[in-house]
Amino acid sequence: MSKVFHKLLPMPVHSLMLLVVWLLLNGFSVGQLVLGLFLAWLIPFLTFPFADHQSKAGKPFKVLMYFLRLVKDIILSNIEVALRVLYRNRSLQPGIVAFPLSIRADFPLTVLASSVSLTPGTVSVEFSDDRCWLYIHVLHLKDEQQLISEIRQRYEQPLREIFSC
Amino acid sequence: MLSGNIVDTALVITAGLVVLALLMNVWRMVQGPSLTDRILALDTLYINSIALIILLGIYNGSALYFEGALLIAMLGFVSTAALSKYMLRGDIIE
Amino acid sequence: MSDYLIAALLIVGGLFIFVGSLGLAKLPDFYTRLHAPTKATTLGIGAVLLASVAVTAARDGTLSIHEIVISLFLFITAPVSANMLAKAALHKKVPMCDNTRNQDLKAHMAHQKAPDSE
Repeated sequence: MSKVFHKLLPMPVHSLMLLVVWLLLNGFSVGQLVLGLFLAWLIPFLTFPFADHQSKAGKPFKVLMYFLRLVKDIILSNIEVALRVLYRNRSLQPGIVAFPLSIRADFPLTVLASSVSLTPGTVSVEFSDDRCWLYIHVLHLKDEQQLISEIRQRYEQPLREIFSC
Repeated sequence: MLSGNIVDTALVITAGLVVLALLMNVWRMVQGPSLTDRILALDTLYINSIALIILLGIYNGSALYFEGALLIAMLGFVSTAALSKYMLRGDIIE
Repeated sequence: MSDYLIAALLIVGGLFIFVGSLGLAKLPDFYTRLHAPTKATTLGIGAVLLASVAVTAARDGTLSIHEIVISLFLFITAPVSANMLAKAALHKKVPMCDNTRNQDLKAHMAHQKAPDSE
């Protein structure tokens, strides 16, 4: 029974998300609901064979906490970078930092790299090919060790808990 | 339009700031010096024009502009990705 | 009241967009220039979109989702395009400004090697 269910609806979470986004974009009506249900079934059904099965995120509460912290960090440090662009231009001290990674899986690494890029002052540039290091370009580098431990504690540790890896 | 002209004034000021930003982007795009600088300037130009379209949408009180803004956002990302891919490999489709 | 909120969001958004482009115009080298538009501009446009949501909410009493979709899309794609541009710049050996710290890591970075390898 569950096998048949899995065949018919291979990615239930994706289907639900597709339906919700469809209804949000097109407004709620019975016609849109039927069309949305059909598409939410059809698209995952057709694309399931191509999907690259990544590590799954668990613990929705922690995901929410991570998201809120990210938003707060983006806003606070954007203000800092804005001030730096406006005033302290001459004393700018850019730098490169090699960040030693402790997660290996693709999807968590992507999330980590994107978080690092979104929080201002840092842009993730490149991974080493053994996936042990993430190279980060920093707009104003004061203390390398402090930056590394900050990223580790604020982003990497929660991500390891979320993806349990 | 909304009551009160505070929003109107804010709209005009914001539009002015965005136009100044667009001019600086164009300057960077003309100036270079490297190709990646120009691509970055083009990407910023895309994003700033989305802002301008949304401001126009607010000013006219019409929701039609958002479809255009969404399209520009997607095209902008795809073209930036394609251009950087081209610079990395000398080829867009591998 | 909501008028003041909308006006404040608009002005803040406009300022961030302006600062993003100012950074693009006046920072010293490509890698530092990358920081300003990808982040300040994205946050600025987020504020403008939020103002637009507030306008629709104040006028029609409905929550418009299009704006949120646009800003989510921008927040997801901005770091990706920044990363791709940085990679392309490394590959093309775009110069860094002279006072960059740890410049010796650049060669390792361009060849995707660990920093301690030869």
